Amino acid sequence: LAPWVPVVGLEIHAQISSNSKLFSGSEVQFAAPPNSLVSFFDASLPGTLPVLNRRCVEAAVMTGLALNCSINKKSLFDRKHYFYADLPAGYQITQQRVPIAVNGSLLYSVCIDNKMSQMVTKTVRIKQIQLEQDSGKSLHDDTRSQTLVDLNRAGVGLMEVVMEPDMCCGEEAAAAVRELQLILQTLGSSQAVMAEGQLRVDANVSVHHPGEPYGVRTEVKNINSLRFLAKAVDYEIQRQIEELESGGTILNETRAFDSKLGCTVPMRDKEGKQDYRFMPEPNLPPLILYDTKSLPANMNHQQVVNIDWIHERLPDLPSVKRAKLVEQYGILPEHSFTLLNEDGLTEFFENVVNQTQMKPKKVIGWILKDLLSYLKQHSLTVKESPVSSFVLADLLNLLEKKEISSTAAKQVFAELWKGEGKTPLDIVKEKKLELIQDQKELEEICQAVIHGHENEVIMVVLR
Amino acid sequence: QTVTVEVLDHLEHLALVDFRDSEGIERLQKAIQFADQLHEVNTDGIEPMDSVLEDRCLYLRDDDVTEGNCTKELMKNAREKVEEYFVAPPGNIPLPKLEEQDTFLQGS
Repeated sequence: LAPWVPVVGLEIHAQISSNSKLFSGSEVQFAAPPNSLVSFFDASLPGTLPVLNRRCVEAAVMTGLALNCSINKKSLFDRKHYFYADLPAGYQITQQRVPIAVNGSLLYSVCIDNKMSQMVTKTVRIKQIQLEQDSGKSLHDDTRSQTLVDLNRAGVGLMEVVMEPDMCCGEEAAAAVRELQLILQTLGSSQAVMAEGQLRVDANVSVHHPGEPYGVRTEVKNINSLRFLAKAVDYEIQRQIEELESGGTILNETRAFDSKLGCTVPMRDKEGKQDYRFMPEPNLPPLILYDTKSLPANMNHQQVVNIDWIHERLPDLPSVKRAKLVEQYGILPEHSFTLLNEDGLTEFFENVVNQTQMKPKKVIGWILKDLLSYLKQHSLTVKESPVSSFVLADLLNLLEKKEISSTAAKQVFAELWKGEGKTPLDIVKEKKLELIQDQKELEEICQAVIHGHENEVIMVVLR
Repeated sequence: QTVTVEVLDHLEHLALVDFRDSEGIERLQKAIQFADQLHEVNTDGIEPMDSVLEDRCLYLRDDDVTEGNCTKELMKNAREKVEEYFVAPPGNIPLPKLEEQDTFLQGS
């Protein structure tokens, strides 16, 4: 049987972190009473017009720069038409022809054979980033055969990040999205929490034989976590291979991932291929961005988005942060990945390092093996840790000064985890875990042991 | 150039406009002919204009919350509501093919 080459591309929608919506002044907030964060424009009442939010433009430029894109100094808005109850206007304002950023790349790492020590860097090309409106939310009430519509989310700004089909499996897709998530959170352009719908991923999957043209692709939607993304992609690849190997064909369709069954199913309510009748948004002139060279002299700076100004203020991206951690503390690259992967862990680690004489290379073991495993066992975040960085540093100092052994230190740590407010020293004294340094005292103990086990001593001497 | 049944069907699906009678079809054909006059203009080497606003400045708004909180006003437009949610039919009801439309509309 000829080998199959799976091809995976992604369309990611990231909700922009802003106070108000993309084209209106209503508030952006996750949980609010239905239809309370809706302006007349969001409800698509006649006579209302879109007014672009500068913060959303800046978020898209930041993200484009972080992903090595070319920023289009002139980009355009378009209307994408389709009918759905949560899209009151009957169209979505998006950027189909000339989006704000194009031709970027994202570097991410995957482990070979699940070993963190063998990480490989991969690249996925970013086709484009476009600004667009989010739709409202539909709650399907099948029992009463109706749909309830909440427009709170309608009009919230989105950045659609299109990743070229450079990935080959679920693991790569999940790793790429995870890195994008970390970048967005570092920039602050999106909080990118998948569980709250701030980051939504659709996967495009196809398979073909090497040397042959790409196969028919399917689109997989309804993926709510990174774990499910990997599962959905891998399932779909398998399904397509099995279908083709048994002589079937792949339909160019949209499928939904069913997390309970762990499989993809065709989505209902699809009336064949959609014709979106793209047209220029007549109410919005082109979006012009400037850099220091092209900046006109007399312009009101509130009306200007300066790409260079934004570039100068970009924070350290995750890849740079990791490299700095490795250089500064002498830890391994895979350690830096784990540090950045847990919210607050890097800060915790650095706080401990700053409060102890123990070398960072030793401290990292305590952070990643002891602290992190306890946190995972109890499903706690770093912020919820019963052991603070101060307390851990205290414990490590005792170990460093050789007042206790490392075995004793682990016992103390287990005790500290109960969060009863005792200091490491309290516990050491309580459980008599101090290392004895007195030569005479040690000799007396050894003598006592030898005296108490005369038979065993004879056996040893005779050997 | 005549408008075929397929094109008609497609347009009705997209625009939810009713072209059912022959007068409607003729009007559509006349509209297309009228618009086709645009082809008489030579546009070789000319950048398409997609907006009469192309020389205008796109106004950028500050990111402040200035609207919303008017649920009561908005719900006045709702024919039906359930606890401040708008009520809609369950999913899109696909428009039937041209031949079936008479019976379809009779039922509504």
